Amino acid sequence: MIKIKNLSVSLGGFNLHNINLDIEENSFFVLMGPTGAGKTVLLEAIAGLTPVKSGSIFIGNRDVTKLPPEKHGVSIMYQDNSLFPHLNVMENIRYGLRYHKIDKSESDKKIDGLIEQLGLSSLLTRLPLNLSGGELQRVSLARALVVDPKIVLLDEPLSALDPNFRYELRQMLKKIHKSTNVTFVMVTHDFGEAISLAEKAAIMDGGRIIQTGTIDEIFQKPCCNFAADFVGMRNIFQVEFHGTTAKTGKLQINMGKKIDDTSGHIAIRPEDIVLSREKLQSSMRNSFRGKVLSIIDLGFFYEIDIDVNGTLFRSMIAKGSLFEMKIKENSDVFISFKASAIHNF
Amino acid sequence: MRLQSDMKSIIQKRGLFFFLFLSSGILILAFIILPLFNMMVAPSYEMMKETIKDRDVLRSIWLSIYTALSASLIAFIFGTPLAYLLARSNFRGKRLVESIIDLPIVIPHPVVGIAILGVVGKNHWLGQIMNDLGIRLMGNPAGIITVLTFVGLPFYINAVKEGFENIPPRLENVSRSLGASMSGTFFRVTFPLARRSMLTGVLMCTARAISEFGAVVVIAYHPMIAPVLLYERYESYGLKYSQPISVWLVCICLTLFLALRVVTLNRKEEA
Repeated sequence: MIKIKNLSVSLGGFNLHNINLDIEENSFFVLMGPTGAGKTVLLEAIAGLTPVKSGSIFIGNRDVTKLPPEKHGVSIMYQDNSLFPHLNVMENIRYGLRYHKIDKSESDKKIDGLIEQLGLSSLLTRLPLNLSGGELQRVSLARALVVDPKIVLLDEPLSALDPNFRYELRQMLKKIHKSTNVTFVMVTHDFGEAISLAEKAAIMDGGRIIQTGTIDEIFQKPCCNFAADFVGMRNIFQVEFHGTTAKTGKLQINMGKKIDDTSGHIAIRPEDIVLSREKLQSSMRNSFRGKVLSIIDLGFFYEIDIDVNGTLFRSMIAKGSLFEMKIKENSDVFISFKASAIHNF
Repeated sequence: MRLQSDMKSIIQKRGLFFFLFLSSGILILAFIILPLFNMMVAPSYEMMKETIKDRDVLRSIWLSIYTALSASLIAFIFGTPLAYLLARSNFRGKRLVESIIDLPIVIPHPVVGIAILGVVGKNHWLGQIMNDLGIRLMGNPAGIITVLTFVGLPFYINAVKEGFENIPPRLENVSRSLGASMSGTFFRVTFPLARRSMLTGVLMCTARAISEFGAVVVIAYHPMIAPVLLYERYESYGLKYSQPISVWLVCICLTLFLALRVVTLNRKEEA
């Protein structure tokens, strides 16, 4: 769907160097990278909003490198809502329609569908000023989708939202992506978003793409420090949810709250897993006995792999604590973690 | 006694420094208000009535208003594109262009008149062409409008440029990606959002133009705009006869500005 060949962009402080990227039709693709990596610039280049120095961009089979943005057939949605402040919700949603030859009855049907799907029916006459963050982003999404784009570019659409709204909008994105033929390209900092939404991803740093692949490949074999940091949550498990517990292998993990999904992933950062020799008397809801498999020296910290009934956990521990607790390979330990340290997606 | 100790404690609390600033602030306000207030209440009711019946006065005030508004209209039509270009692009020499726009502010007013006279007079090719076309600026409303546009332009352009700069370029990006062309985006997004600053620009430009004296006198003593008439009355008859005209001019200008604001800012969401 999108083919980028040797793309270079030079924009004052921001540069892209020799970007090559292939994004399949109808896929959900994620761009990850630190601030200043050039993710937004790349999105804007795809949308035709940034002059290209060299290289080419193909959308479908069309070379769009030199076309103005309105000829790209690409909608863009920014992190800070970019609704037109002088237009109400309905006027915002309909904004792009007059530039597209879409049959009136068809577009009306489409708008009704989106309003329903995104829960906007009570907001239509309101001005953006009077909307919450989540509502703003939902309207932005509707406005972007109404014009039947081939591609929707999302620049950290969820990062400015409260956690509750974030989860809600993420589910909506997932649903909408499944129900349409639109290719989604999203920039994100959040690993949970990446793993729950996308099939493939690219990691950017310093204006270059440093790794591309399926999400699994990137999480299993991060190519470099940044990628490893980014996917720092090592303890990722596929689970089945039953009420407030998550089941993986032989383990029952207490989530501390009811989960509505039936299956999904959970992850726990290694530094959130506490090691002890005796069972801890604490408020932590999850505590399991396991066996130390390996201890890796990381300078200030040790990385410790623990086998708990067939499930592998990784924990981080300070050097001092390791000696104090006399943890060695094959010794028995308890691992404990709070329900609030579990991320589910 | 009590009051004194109160004052003392306040001064101790806020500090002498604060009171120095406060008193110099009050002084400045008094400096602005006192002469204006004095002038406004000086003429008698009869004087005011008599003055407004004077055809010369009415004509001059009307001339002042319509030449100033025309200058603003010209600034609006020709200044808006330049303000937009300056707000949205970065190029070498942008600073220079901005300084050129500010020139009319720093040049002494009579000099402006002399300079314009230089190019529209018969000895200059431009003046020659205009003469052939039958356009006369000397002693003509068209000349007054030309001078007022010259002195008012920077106020309009600077206000509107700032307004454009405050509109996030992302809004325009979104509009473009939704299919709108550059002009479509300008008229549907940028222009409506810059309305407020355009109004401010027009008001400032008009206010500046209506107060111009020095540059106009050089180009057109006749027909007389209000400030020129005022000056003439003062020169020939004295303070007493120039005050009522001043009061009328101030009243009419204030009403006009107020009306403009009300008319253009009736939409709630922009408040």
